[in-house]
Amino acid sequence: MANTPDYSWPPMDQRKVIGQPYKRVDGPAKASGRAKYSSDYLSRDLLFGAYQTCPHAHARVLSVDTSEAESTKGVMAVHVAAPAGTEIQWAGAEIAAVAATSTEIAWDAVRKIKVQYEVLPHLVNETDLSKAGARAKAAGERLTGDPDKAFQEAEVTSEGHYGIPVINHVCLETHGSVTQWKGQGDDSQLQCWVSTQDVTHYAGSLAPNLKVPAANIHVRQDHVGGGFGSKFSPDAWGEVAARLSQKAGGRPVKLFLDRATDQKIAGNRPSAYGWIKIGGKRDGTITAWESRTWGTGGFTGGGSPPLPYIITGIPNQRMNHTAVSTNIGPSRAWRAPNNQQASYMTCGAVEDFAAKAGLDPLEVFKINARYTPEARRDTYLFHFDKAAELAGWKKLWHPRGESGPGPMKRGLGIGFNAWAGLGHQSQCRVTLHADGSVNVDIGTQDLGTGTRTIILQVAAETLGLPIGAIKLAIGSNDLPPDSASGGSTTVGGVSSSTRKASMNALAKLYELAAQTLGTTADQLEAAEGRIRVKGTPAKSITWQAACRRIPASGVISEIGETNPRNPMGLMAGGVAGVQMADVSVDIETGVVKVNRYVAVQDCGLIINPRLAESVCYGAISQGISTALYEQRFMDGQTGRMLNPNMEFYKLAGIGDIGDIVVHLDIRPENDKRGVVGLGEPPAVAICAAIGNAVANAIGVRVPNIPMTPEHVLAALEGRTV
Amino acid sequence: MQAFEYANPSTLQEAVALLAPQRGQTDVLAGGTDLISLMKDYIHTPKRLVNIKNIQELEGIRASAGGLRIGALVTMDELARNAEVRASYKALADAAAGIPSPQIRHMGTVGGDLCQRPRCWYFRGGFGLLATDNGKPLVPDGENHYHAIFGGGPAYFVSASSLGPALVAMGARVKLVSAKGSREVAVKSFFVAPKDENTREIVLRPDEILSEILVPAPAVHSATYEVRQKEALDWPLAAASVALTMKGSVVAGAKVVMGHVAPIPWEAAAAEKALAGKTITAASAEAAGKAAVEDAQPLSRNAYKVQLASVAVKRALLEAVKGKA
Repeated sequence: MANTPDYSWPPMDQRKVIGQPYKRVDGPAKASGRAKYSSDYLSRDLLFGAYQTCPHAHARVLSVDTSEAESTKGVMAVHVAAPAGTEIQWAGAEIAAVAATSTEIAWDAVRKIKVQYEVLPHLVNETDLSKAGARAKAAGERLTGDPDKAFQEAEVTSEGHYGIPVINHVCLETHGSVTQWKGQGDDSQLQCWVSTQDVTHYAGSLAPNLKVPAANIHVRQDHVGGGFGSKFSPDAWGEVAARLSQKAGGRPVKLFLDRATDQKIAGNRPSAYGWIKIGGKRDGTITAWESRTWGTGGFTGGGSPPLPYIITGIPNQRMNHTAVSTNIGPSRAWRAPNNQQASYMTCGAVEDFAAKAGLDPLEVFKINARYTPEARRDTYLFHFDKAAELAGWKKLWHPRGESGPGPMKRGLGIGFNAWAGLGHQSQCRVTLHADGSVNVDIGTQDLGTGTRTIILQVAAETLGLPIGAIKLAIGSNDLPPDSASGGSTTVGGVSSSTRKASMNALAKLYELAAQTLGTTADQLEAAEGRIRVKGTPAKSITWQAACRRIPASGVISEIGETNPRNPMGLMAGGVAGVQMADVSVDIETGVVKVNRYVAVQDCGLIINPRLAESVCYGAISQGISTALYEQRFMDGQTGRMLNPNMEFYKLAGIGDIGDIVVHLDIRPENDKRGVVGLGEPPAVAICAAIGNAVANAIGVRVPNIPMTPEHVLAALEGRTV
Repeated sequence: MQAFEYANPSTLQEAVALLAPQRGQTDVLAGGTDLISLMKDYIHTPKRLVNIKNIQELEGIRASAGGLRIGALVTMDELARNAEVRASYKALADAAAGIPSPQIRHMGTVGGDLCQRPRCWYFRGGFGLLATDNGKPLVPDGENHYHAIFGGGPAYFVSASSLGPALVAMGARVKLVSAKGSREVAVKSFFVAPKDENTREIVLRPDEILSEILVPAPAVHSATYEVRQKEALDWPLAAASVALTMKGSVVAGAKVVMGHVAPIPWEAAAAEKALAGKTITAASAEAAGKAAVEDAQPLSRNAYKVQLASVAVKRALLEAVKGKA
């Protein structure tokens, strides 16, 4: 196209809005409670849904009798999700649902549904692989180089056990929707108020099962209370809410999972356990790697952690992974899937190798940076030093276990991360009105990244307007299509589409303004609320004056589209990152506290440093919670999860987090890559860094995450649990 | 939650008249921090809920030469902040202040603290106080990480009360009022390790209300130490309250009571004996801690709690004499 604008980002030193630490535009609404989540939805005719779920981990449904529930006053619809004959593979699976005029009636009615089961044998714990029997499926050996020879020739070898359990997402807003289904067949109209990471594709996923045109399904979400990878699809409960609404004559049905069910079935992160052996030279260079690992992600097995993590170039490797099928709810993506497991196991093994060699692990990580992918190798080296500087490594690090007298032992540990990022497919529409007002519309969602603020900053920068002058709409599938917020792709996607749409709209406006200014469109720029001639800023008209030239009968409305296959320099993929934990361990109680946590995070162009740091704080807070507290207790006898709550499924509170220091690696050479997503990479290495810090503090490896008193004291006493 | 009748009396007399003598018919609502979750989980399904929050006579802390009278409605936060309690009944103030959830501290009452149900996840999951499935006890072979290390069953839950150990250590009593009259019971006897599913973990009858706690004039030195993993909402893994009567710098009489290690606040007689005639030093405190857990019977997954209980005793003792001659 002849007039295709140059979409590239303004140079670092010329940006006015991009790069500024704006506060989250929806922060006050969220903090004050004015922000309405779909689970807050209330209307006069709303019905409340509830599920009866299966108490057994493995069973066959013999019969479902809903008659008593159906005749309960206030019950408007009943739906059987698992009819007689259904084989259930995990406790908490949905059997039947009701919709009633109050939550209390719904829950009472659910208890009146009589279900008979044939109980079948189950396996819910995978920590002891020897008990998995036929449930364990080996993936087959992966071999690189000659590990046997390399181990024979190694000057130092170390080995250890490392485990990281199945954990939950624990979104503050549980999974579900408010769904209203009016009409029938092709005349059906569905309105869905959802809690999702993918507003645009919700309708398309729901439509086939309901046999309703996707075009008739209207999806709305103003805010989402957490997803972390667990909310990509409408799920069975999205469909059931619709069916209940239809049966109830088209009244809207609120069907959000209760907390216990959410924790049992709405997603978890696969576990990884295993034994790792490392061989190498006295100077710390690793030459050989061997690992035997297993894990579970539920009935279909488990994700295999990508080992060795980041230092993939170790010349001699032997790896075996076994997936264990268990009767627990299915796994879902969890903020950088499989990366936490791989980071914990790899960094733990490297730290143990350093301790065995009598070397400072910082030097060992650095010397083995030769095995990291070349594109980020220098970045890792730079980050090891930067993190060490911020963590006071030289002053505070001591050889393993040499922590001085007294019960409180302090230690430091290292972890590293990597992630792709890039940006997802996204369309943005920018509309300029004759009165100078501006719409920016994208069918995206704000998963917590500050998406609204980011879009407004990009539009404001490009249009030369204050962010308050722009009306932004997101969170509806009536808007131009966006994609799922997953894989740290949202900011890359929406910033590119917004940049392009804004420039496309400006190009049209320039054509109108050029006549007034007696120049050509290509000579114009938008800045400080004016359209002006480049190099002659005095020659200008106001934004409003320019927009007044838009015919009253029309608008300028332009689309900008992000194409992940042609990022045009606006976005990129691939980040590194190094983190260091400073912990204190009370060796009499086994209680671990994080004193300080340092994260040096590789990045691209940063649109808003406050929000980028905020994402890192959130990721690290969540990671500290997983490193110290989070575990699902599955009862082998009953097959049930015993702690599907936020009381004994322990989560870090603000007092448990410690001091977090985030250093974003903002440098010209990173900036020129364009935007790189940051949602996931800072969440990867926390178990690794804390696990290593604990080992450094107390002198022994605590094999299994989380670092609870039970695990820490057992390691100190030489027991395994 | 099952529908229920809600009664809102303004006197204790009215309140007890609303309670049924049979178990399961009525429940008493104060702070509600425990009861509401029990009702939502259908563990308690009362037909009538008697709200006692409007009963003035259940309020207030009164200190006198004879001791302390704490109304059942006093919140844990009021107790933790009360100057008299902090000065002379430190073990109680420590225990109340140790509750990390501001919501529970501000809503939860002292009466509720003593009457709350066990947190055992089998009990909360509907398997009863003794946690059995078709007659098979689930705790011994199950996930007993947070369960009892004393008592030897058949009840393996741990008493959830934060104040119980301190009150037992101080020799406190509770006043229990029904329509028929009132009785005073030593806190030590208030808690029961049930032997069968029909026995409750406290002696409070269904038609009684715990109206006040009576603490005798204080021992000179007392303290509570709790081992909690988190700063945010969390229950102690083990705790100990101590109350010491001193003769100069020497222990004349010691009460050492551990919490969260047994179905009842667990008195450590061996530790008390070990302390008699001793000054409190790191070594004597450690020895007392060791003595306190000599008879522990940990389950398959909670051996670590033995160490925690021992450390709690040691640290409570050192805390009790900290800064004192």
